[in-house]
Amino acid sequence: MSILVYIEHTEGAIKKTSLEAVSYASALGEKEGKEVVAVALGKIEDSALAKAGSAGAKKVLHVADEKLNDGVIQAHASAVGQAFEQSGADTLVLAKSSLGDAVAARLSVKLKAGLASNVVALPEEDGGYKVRRSIYTGKAFTDTVITTDNKILAVKKNAVALKSDGADAAVETLEVALAEGDFAAKITSTDKATDEISLPEADIVVSGGRGLKGPENWNLIEDLAKAMGAATGCSKPVSDSGWRPHHEHVGQTGVKVAPSLYVAVGISGAIQHLAGVNASKYILVINKDPEAPFFKAADYGIVGDAFEILPKLTEALKAIK
Amino acid sequence: MKILVCITHVPDTTSKIQFTDDNTKFDKTGVQFIIGPYDDYALARAVELRDQSSGSLTVLNVGEAETEPTLRKALAIGADEAIRVNSFPSDSLFVASQIAHYAKEGGYDLILMGRESIDFNGGMVHGMVAEMLGMPSVSPVMKLDLEGDVASIAREIEGGKEYLEVKLPFVAGCQEPIAEWKIPNMRGIMSARSKPLNVVDPVSDEAATKTVGYELPPAKGSVKLIDKDNVEELVNLLQNDAKVL
Ligand SMILES: Cc1cc2nc3c(=O)[nH]c(=O)nc-3n(C[C@H](O)[C@H](O)[C@H](O)COP(=O)(O)OP(=O)(O)OC[C@H]3O[C@@H](n4cnc5c(N)ncnc54)[C@H](O)[C@@H]3O)c2cc1C
Repeated sequence: MSILVYIEHTEGAIKKTSLEAVSYASALGEKEGKEVVAVALGKIEDSALAKAGSAGAKKVLHVADEKLNDGVIQAHASAVGQAFEQSGADTLVLAKSSLGDAVAARLSVKLKAGLASNVVALPEEDGGYKVRRSIYTGKAFTDTVITTDNKILAVKKNAVALKSDGADAAVETLEVALAEGDFAAKITSTDKATDEISLPEADIVVSGGRGLKGPENWNLIEDLAKAMGAATGCSKPVSDSGWRPHHEHVGQTGVKVAPSLYVAVGISGAIQHLAGVNASKYILVINKDPEAPFFKAADYGIVGDAFEILPKLTEALKAIK
Repeated sequence: MKILVCITHVPDTTSKIQFTDDNTKFDKTGVQFIIGPYDDYALARAVELRDQSSGSLTVLNVGEAETEPTLRKALAIGADEAIRVNSFPSDSLFVASQIAHYAKEGGYDLILMGRESIDFNGGMVHGMVAEMLGMPSVSPVMKLDLEGDVASIAREIEGGKEYLEVKLPFVAGCQEPIAEWKIPNMRGIMSARSKPLNVVDPVSDEAATKTVGYELPPAKGSVKLIDKDNVEELVNLLQNDAKVL
């Protein structure tokens, strides 16, 4: 038996969240005595795919079909499903993402596999196959027992330590049969900011709220982010007002982040915002109101005016580099 | 055009999450239940699309009798009729098979729901329903316009957007800014009382998972405050104490 990991890639490299999924599968494989096989779709160099080995994959199946370059949901689900059957796997592991979720959901039906989403720990054999997952937008955990033979685990980002000491994996070409119906949803174009650090995957995030007063002040957030090597985020009213693009909005109804450090500037700390950041390892809050609720969720805090503090903090950070 | 919107009945976003019975049950004490915020976006867009095409709009929830006020609210917002599948929504595959069954029976052209529920955050039901019905699924959808039977869609992807064209019928998981949330007005609330709310039985189908217990994360320690004139100390703490720089 083997464990299959569906890996996503961008800009010619495997995504960090997918390497986390491989690391998770590798620990699971060790526990259950199963081999870890990864599957990647679309155009990417085999040398880049071999890197899945560092996280513990023995083999990577590459479906190089150009039609799979775009993340067409049904086509990806169909290809991964065939890889699952051909590789004799009984468990599919993948990283939770906008494409991963959709692929996992379809395969749960196709493969008659019980699915657990937002998985944060390895399964325990305790009254069945029991997995811990994050629920209520990070406010709680639940234990879910999967009762089917085939299983799908969608791993929450930053929930597992990245393994990086494995040897390169062998890469093999895999042929799959795709039907016309797999391409019923046609992707006409994509619009992606490529030079920025990706918010969902960033190790440090600097976010600004309504306290920044307007988009013209965002250079303060950007400068601090640059000095920290961080991605930038914002609160909902900031993206609602069009000061920042929607995909930067963090919280219950936006992106959920789980960086090592989350810096919140001029954000009050409404419960809906906190829901998107409570998985962060450390939280730093800068707010002029000492009563701002965000301080209750923070590890470090400065009470004061962001317009005064941000330039000083950016300078101090540059000084240590 | 026939539109089906599937809604969840979930704790209000400001609720304090607690459990009872030795961490085996969600504690409903003092909790107000709402239409899932993402489902609310789906419903708002569905009302607009129904009004444009003079079709019909049905809302569906898989839940026990306690979810009826939430369905009535959806009727007040503008749905024409409601279906409650009378069962505890034990797992996403179970819920998806109920939806797929009644969606097929009703012959809907467009099936909308939120990108995910805010209780279990799975984000899986729309994909499952689509697979069961052999339809395309798209999520998370930020924009959905219809021209004849072709929808043009903007879908959020990590760090950007993807634009798609999909023919009806299909399933979509929605999020903002697809439409503005609609607040029911007096006329809506009055008419909701007389709109049909049909209670149907679940189709027998086993779930593939079972929830056995809950746990709250450990409480956060108190914040360490640093003087605003001493940012160097903060940098030092981030570097040497938290070791995040
Ligand atoms: C269903 C629902 C879902 C929601 N989802 C989200 C979500 O996903 N994400 C989200 O962010 N919100 C969400 N919200 C909105 C949320 O409730 C808050 O309204 C929002 O987070 C507030 O944004 P803010 O902190 O930027 O603004 P405000 O609440 O206006 O806070 C601004 C803060 O800036 C501080 N400030 C002002 N000037 C300065 C200065 N010069 N220097 C330093 N500090 C300063 C103030 O003291 C204040 O604390 C949701 C709401 C609902 C009802």
